Amino acid sequence: MAVITGAAPVAAQGRSSGSRRPRRYGDLRSALIFLIPATIGFVTFYLVPAVRGAWFSLTEYSVLTPPVYVGLDNYERMVQDPLFWNAMKVTTYYVLMNIGLQTVLAIAIAVLMQRLTRSTIIRGAVLLPYFVANVVVALAWFFMLDFQMGIVNVLLDRIGMEPQAFFGDPALGLPTIALINVWRHMGYTALLIFAGLQMIDRQVYEAAEIDGAGPWRQFWSVTLPLLRPVLALVLVVTVTGSFQIFDTVAVTTDGGPIDATRVVYLYIYTLAFGQLDFGYASAISVVLFLVLLGVALLQLRLMRANDSDTN
Amino acid sequence: MSTTTAPTAPPPTPPSTPASAEVHRRPAPRSRWPRWGTVLGWVTMIVILLITLFPFYWMLRTAFSTNSELAAQAANLAPAGFTLDAFRRVFGLTTVEESLAQGGAGGQINFWLYLRNSVIMSTAITVGQVFFSAMAAYAFARLRWPGRDVVFAIFLSALMVPGIFTAIPNFVLIKELGLLNTFPGLVLPTFFMTPFAIFFLRQFFLGIPREIEEAAMIDGASRARLFLRIILPMSSAPIATLAVLTYIQAWNEYFWPLLVGQEDNVRVLTVALGIFRSQTPQGGPDWAGLMAATLVAALPIVLLFVALGRRIVNSIGFTGIK
Repeated sequence: MAVITGAAPVAAQGRSSGSRRPRRYGDLRSALIFLIPATIGFVTFYLVPAVRGAWFSLTEYSVLTPPVYVGLDNYERMVQDPLFWNAMKVTTYYVLMNIGLQTVLAIAIAVLMQRLTRSTIIRGAVLLPYFVANVVVALAWFFMLDFQMGIVNVLLDRIGMEPQAFFGDPALGLPTIALINVWRHMGYTALLIFAGLQMIDRQVYEAAEIDGAGPWRQFWSVTLPLLRPVLALVLVVTVTGSFQIFDTVAVTTDGGPIDATRVVYLYIYTLAFGQLDFGYASAISVVLFLVLLGVALLQLRLMRANDSDTN
Repeated sequence: MSTTTAPTAPPPTPPSTPASAEVHRRPAPRSRWPRWGTVLGWVTMIVILLITLFPFYWMLRTAFSTNSELAAQAANLAPAGFTLDAFRRVFGLTTVEESLAQGGAGGQINFWLYLRNSVIMSTAITVGQVFFSAMAAYAFARLRWPGRDVVFAIFLSALMVPGIFTAIPNFVLIKELGLLNTFPGLVLPTFFMTPFAIFFLRQFFLGIPREIEEAAMIDGASRARLFLRIILPMSSAPIATLAVLTYIQAWNEYFWPLLVGQEDNVRVLTVALGIFRSQTPQGGPDWAGLMAATLVAALPIVLLFVALGRRIVNSIGFTGIK
């Protein structure tokens, strides 16, 4: 990943009459003015809250009374909290199911698009679900998967299978939600991968063809290895998003049945805004943050280890 | 590249006959797929498109149905008992008795109010975020100052923070400022910047030739003037793209409005949909009404998407990883 900087080589001679400021600081004064609004936003709504969130995690805090420092109590409680471990387990399962299937399908769609068509209409069509609100998607599938009226169960019934309570069965709830989000995100992920495919030099394929490699062989020996860096980057984005699943669960199962879909985001939300336990909720958020950071760093390291020279 | 031949050779296509696709000289990699491979590819593609688009059709079809007929004709591809009643319930045009008779919840939903709120929130977020992020992107892309890249990296690092981690302290902050259930409370956290917006615009600003600015500097133009009169107009396409993406994202936002926008006068459509779903009769949900509501909530985005599809589609990719 090349980092592009905007600075052109500094021309030492013939500086334009515009250099009124001392060279050492460059355009610092203008830059500061241009950065005022963004800095206000960054400091007020990202930086300070991050520090405050870390502080809340060390306190007993119910919003109604000021926070009271309790050291690492919240973290100790977490270790012994079966609901926390359940939330972590459920979220991990969800991410594995969601990302596994989504990535395979997205690669397939991207390769198909590259081979078959350049049509913007088709690319737009697969992208459409991604731009519709999670709540809308959740409700549409909630109806389609309804036990009695859902078209999916009607079709299952027609081919002689038992109708399923997709959202009411503890074994089915999580896979169902994972699949719904695969449906929503696969087009978007496919387009990201498609962009990566465009960067692969066509001559590589031509060379492979001269060597007698068929389409499958080309895919396994050329496309996938060269796609690795792009794939790693796409995975960082999709995995981070997948860990933060909330809307779909909140609208359909609300964590049930018997906590089978109580993902970590929902658990934090319930603790903070249901039970006003802001301290403990913040502590779990800190852990989630660290997990995401760890996963991202790990993926980026793997990417560097496998960095292929695409250019 | 290994030079071993593939273990499974494709069925040989006679080299004398030119492949039919050769006629449309597309820039696609020209490895000749066997004909059945192309057919299989298209079949797969069409199946994927059907799966992708079917739920949208199903929402549409259900929204025009009556609840009583829906149960009887669950698999009918056409609307079951064609009617506009569901939309009338959504827009609050029915009396409570009518609504209950049609299998609705009987509760009043102020649809127009929620629509207005969604528009206000999304518009405010888009205008602020795009303009202020453009200012910041200008400072990061076109100005030279010590520490620039470090500061940019710090801003960018906010991308890694999960939303809920800052949502709790932000909720407390908005509460302390007395802004719960107000539009400023809904809008402020994303009004000034998002790391993505700054990153996105910076990539485009980097590509503008320096000479243009330098010529204007010689003419004595100020930085502000350069930014407003040259940089922004030259980048109108990426700015429009970012504005559309920001608008859609704000429109679809559920989590933050759920926290700080619970009262009717600021409740947005997504939150209202969630409530509509929880209010619907447990035994026999008002499916037609639910689908009509989701359809209408999604409609502005779908229209925006159809109108600006090409621009949105082409914005998905890697800005500047080469």
